[in-house]
Amino acid sequence: MPQRIIMPQRPADERNKDFLEVNDGYTREQALEESKRCLSCKKPMCVTGCPVEIDIPDFIKPLKEDNPAEAVKALKRKTNLPAVCGRVCPQEKQCEKYCILGKKGESVAIGNLERYTADWAAKNLKEKTIAPKSNGIKVAVIGSGPAGLTCGGDLAKLGYQVTIFESLHSSGGVLRYGIPEFRLPKAVLDAEVENLKDLGIKFFFNTLIGRTITVDDLWKDGYKAIFAGTGAGLPTFMGIEGENLKNIYSANEFLVRVNMMKGAKFPEYDTPIYKGKNVVVIGGGNTAMDSVRTAKRLGAASVKLVYRRTEEEMPARLEEKIHAKEEGIEFCPLTNPVKFIGDDNKFVKSMECVKMKQGEPDKSGRCRPIEIENSNFTIDADTVVLALGLNPNPIFTSLTKGLLLDEHGRIKVDENLMSSLPGVFAGGDIAGGSTVIQAMGMGKQAAKSIVNYLNK
Amino acid sequence: MYKIVSKQQLASNITSFWLSAPDIAKNAKAGQFIIFRIDDYGERVPLTIAGVDKGKGLVRIIFQHAGKSTTALSLLNEGEFVKDFLGPLGQPTEVEKYGTVCIVSGGVGTAEIIPVIDALKEAGNKVISIVGARTKELLLLEDDIRKASTELIVATDDGSYGIKGFVTNVLQDVISKEKVDIVYAIGPVPMMKAVANLTKEKGVRTLASLNPIMVDGTGMCGACRVTVDGKTKFACVDGPEFDAHKVNWDELISRLGTFKDLEKVSLEKFQNGGCKCHRG
Repeated sequence: MPQRIIMPQRPADERNKDFLEVNDGYTREQALEESKRCLSCKKPMCVTGCPVEIDIPDFIKPLKEDNPAEAVKALKRKTNLPAVCGRVCPQEKQCEKYCILGKKGESVAIGNLERYTADWAAKNLKEKTIAPKSNGIKVAVIGSGPAGLTCGGDLAKLGYQVTIFESLHSSGGVLRYGIPEFRLPKAVLDAEVENLKDLGIKFFFNTLIGRTITVDDLWKDGYKAIFAGTGAGLPTFMGIEGENLKNIYSANEFLVRVNMMKGAKFPEYDTPIYKGKNVVVIGGGNTAMDSVRTAKRLGAASVKLVYRRTEEEMPARLEEKIHAKEEGIEFCPLTNPVKFIGDDNKFVKSMECVKMKQGEPDKSGRCRPIEIENSNFTIDADTVVLALGLNPNPIFTSLTKGLLLDEHGRIKVDENLMSSLPGVFAGGDIAGGSTVIQAMGMGKQAAKSIVNYLNK
Repeated sequence: MYKIVSKQQLASNITSFWLSAPDIAKNAKAGQFIIFRIDDYGERVPLTIAGVDKGKGLVRIIFQHAGKSTTALSLLNEGEFVKDFLGPLGQPTEVEKYGTVCIVSGGVGTAEIIPVIDALKEAGNKVISIVGARTKELLLLEDDIRKASTELIVATDDGSYGIKGFVTNVLQDVISKEKVDIVYAIGPVPMMKAVANLTKEKGVRTLASLNPIMVDGTGMCGACRVTVDGKTKFACVDGPEFDAHKVNWDELISRLGTFKDLEKVSLEKFQNGGCKCHRG
């Protein structure tokens, strides 16, 4: 069996100094060669691992014949954001995990092929997507993140009149404010959003549903169904001493300043960000990886990643961990901060940590980290980023009467993703999703449910 | 794009705009704020709503030319546009029939009290407004505030108008003469802190409208976190008004200075360049 074709990427010490994309993408020859590794299984297990049910062998087959145009068609049947998925999905935990080749060797590089196909389309297909004939039925989508874009896109393809309401000044949600340029160039996102506009979707920015206009206003305006993909909100803090010293940021603030507000280009852009020399990021997820690599690119001499469990237990995508290490990020697993120490002007200057060890497995099946007594030590830091997770955004949910929530503040939904309010559906972080692709899967499922609901 | 319908210079460094934003005008309540972004290069800046005209769909903002963004904003004219304008944000003022309410304001905070006075008056309260300014020239909207309030007392630091002294001196005087049920403070943080210290001692409940640094203003980034009663709260979601006796004022003052150096760089670059280059 030929070996999997490795994704070509820029050298680590070149790429960690700028915000340009890390991966170059397959060449035509590489895509051809990699696609030929696919066995075109009759019962493709890979598809079972895909939250948006992409017909994976169907899009890979034309690639074997060097026919990306056909591949695009197969891909777009199921996903509205292929260039995004190809870049940010944790394929090793999804489609590629189930690939039969993976049982004995290396799975087909499905994500890389998806990205190749989507990028080929962006470069070579010049004709605009044509909006289908409108059926005149209005559907409101709240939030333009991956859940909302997917749900809206699927409904627009069927002729529904979709309006997406976004509280921020630009589209994409976490794809814009969270995921950095070097992992998902915003030109790629912009192109995907343009496609959705071509499908007839209208976008309203600066509109916070619950405050600017309410769900009742939407019903009065003639919307027949609503999808809420209002996303993650309130960042988690640790509640330890010194946490509100200056230059201690939540990962969301740090990434929003750099990604959405373009703080790296201050003062050309107005939003400031302090470019720390000695940066510590706390956490082990994708957001933590994005934060360490962003800090490095802002010019930090030292960037450490502090995580209370082991490196293997970090939930981040495998590729991000590898890239981060290649780029010179120092991993400090089994380490937990106990307090932050400030200078005379209340800027953070260091943090006191303890060493951890693995205890008995907890509910999540992972070993519970236990503090090692008297293992305290200090790490110097002029910037600290807390990437500890997020709680669901409370604004929409608290201001919409009759919406039932679970104990975490997420919208309670039934098996069709409908909330306690008839006609109001929810997906993504606000309904328990936690990754981009899960949000997209839920957006897709909600679109189907909305169609059923409206046809009842 | 949000059109500036009228512009007024209230003092040499304070400007008032009425902007067209019908949805915000329709739903705004006293004490809420907006976030503006002047153009594609701009930062997101929160400002308390200073008034609404529901009929005409207009929202009023009044701002001091403090940093780059507000200075650039002040240079826009009637008929021009602000790129982004989001609101109304935050929890509205807790309006109840308290009895006698003292509204204490200073600096540009004074410009934002009229909606709060109106709401509290409408709920049947006696509203005593205590307004402080460094000097007479900086006193804002005196006639409007006098008209809206049951009583207005002005204090200037230099004695050029009204009582010479600080708003806290006046407030102490009022509290010693009559029963005040609640105090509402809005203005510079040291002023709000001083008011809180005084009313805590006197046992008068006090609300303060906080103005921490914000980015998204929709409960996502955590920049606006403040410590209230030992707990982390987010001004954009839980606030902007909090129990003034429980706010960690020193932390708020410190955190407001996070980007002081960079804010100076930005303002100087703007002033030296007179930069309209990236807008056009």
